[in-house]
Amino acid sequence: MPAYLTDRLLDPTALVESVASPGCGATSLFLGTVRRAPEDGDLEGIEYSAYPEMAEAEFERIVAEARERWPEACIALRHRTGYIAVGEASVAIAVASPHRAQAYDCSRYLIEETKKRVPIWKKERFASGAAEWVEPMHV
Amino acid sequence: MRVRVRFFASYAEAFGRQEMGLDLEAGASVADCVAAIRADPAASRLPPSPLVAVNQRYARPETPLAEGDEVALIPPVAGG
Repeated sequence: MPAYLTDRLLDPTALVESVASPGCGATSLFLGTVRRAPEDGDLEGIEYSAYPEMAEAEFERIVAEARERWPEACIALRHRTGYIAVGEASVAIAVASPHRAQAYDCSRYLIEETKKRVPIWKKERFASGAAEWVEPMHV
Repeated sequence: MRVRVRFFASYAEAFGRQEMGLDLEAGASVADCVAAIRADPAASRLPPSPLVAVNQRYARPETPLAEGDEVALIPPVAGG
């Protein structure tokens, strides 16, 4: 399976190795990490939860669309769930292709569609003990 | 007919549960199902048109439901 959820620490090196092939001259690695912006105060980390069966179904649909657009791309995507501390990666995407344009474009497509469509939610956890759902603009 | 309704994240907190069974009339749509869910006082937490998935796929309000369908109310997604 090229894209799935995991509750383990992400391993970017292993992900890059999993898409490597002799015909690919370009590999793009994207990491999304939990950040603390100045307005986030004492944010310590984010608890990620998902609707696992649908998340994996949606990942499959997104990967199928990407393969249709970039048939030569080799894709690996992992999204972590559970508690993730500031500075740690929540999502990792490796794309290998013969040339760099496909690798960049395909990687960008995968992260944008993931953020728009995959049923994953975040709850911010603060040092004070407070916790808040992250609610992007309703669509 | 009976469907299984699932709640996630902020909706699961608002409803105080992760799922429930719901009896609907034959031929009911997603919109009919959402209207039935709104009978629960916790539904004031829902936006006017919540995102809904049927059997793990996003569905439109007019999508017809069938016996045994899994209907999920999807809070605004925030992955990445």
